[in-house]
Amino acid sequence: MTTAFFFYLFAILAVASGAMVVFAKNPVHAVLFLILTFFNAAGLFVLLGAEFLAMLLVVVYVGAVAVLFLFVVMMLDVDFAELKAGLIKNAPVGLLVGGVVLAELVALVAFHGITVSPGRAAAVATPEGVTNTQAIGQLLYTKYVYFFQGAGMVLLVAMIGAIVLTLRHRENVKRQSVAAQVARGPATGVEVVKVPSGGFDIPPATKPEAAE
Amino acid sequence: MTIGLGHYLTVAACLFTLGIFGIFLNRKNVIVILMSVELMLLAVNINFVAFSHFNADLVGQIFTLFILTVAAAETAIGLAIIVVYYRNRGTIAVEDINQMRG
Repeated sequence: MTTAFFFYLFAILAVASGAMVVFAKNPVHAVLFLILTFFNAAGLFVLLGAEFLAMLLVVVYVGAVAVLFLFVVMMLDVDFAELKAGLIKNAPVGLLVGGVVLAELVALVAFHGITVSPGRAAAVATPEGVTNTQAIGQLLYTKYVYFFQGAGMVLLVAMIGAIVLTLRHRENVKRQSVAAQVARGPATGVEVVKVPSGGFDIPPATKPEAAE
Repeated sequence: MTIGLGHYLTVAACLFTLGIFGIFLNRKNVIVILMSVELMLLAVNINFVAFSHFNADLVGQIFTLFILTVAAAETAIGLAIIVVYYRNRGTIAVEDINQMRG
């Protein structure tokens, strides 16, 4: 009974906030509703016994991806009202395609049914006496270790790609040159000026602007 | 009342359809399009985890892990492209991108 209550709570909130992501006028609100959707999906994962994935969803999506979205939405000074123009014009084709996909999904389940492996319907994904995280780790680091390394490569490529795309060297901006500072030695750093002794004619500084 | 596999598949189907609808509805705003793609990936993840639970097979959760990885990478690259595009053009209206064809 409690499971059913929480399932309907999470499911209804997830679908409702997912709809608000699509229909929200302000993109900042859309990102916040996306965060709410992820939280409710994490709740559904907990109900399904996938605690590790639920926490991963909260950490990775809410903590990184949604904040990245929020950062970009707020950083780009875009007139979103202009982008909203033509919303009604696009609605029919969206309804058509979305309705077709939904009808296909419903028809597939209605005519073909949902297949669950016989004899395992009552089993639990996580083995007895092992936590969900431990079970995933035992499978991920043994049988799927190459896929794990591949996922790491995907993240590395994404990181390098994002840096290469957004890094730019602006001209006429003064920057610290670490190499020049480190290479500076006594020969170039100190200038010995010969001052003639015993006279009033102190020569003017050779390079008055050099100090700046 | 027991919650079966069909309940979870219904939620996932609703979220997936909402994602598709969002892509067509906000065709100009590429940020909302990316968010709709995230919704669709989330629906797929819910399907995987639900089948993993009801089939008692942990591989579905492993696959969900990889989907999360790829989705995070895709979002990072997509937002970087949006930032670069905004720097060059001053707008993020995707309907003008076809001018890049050479």
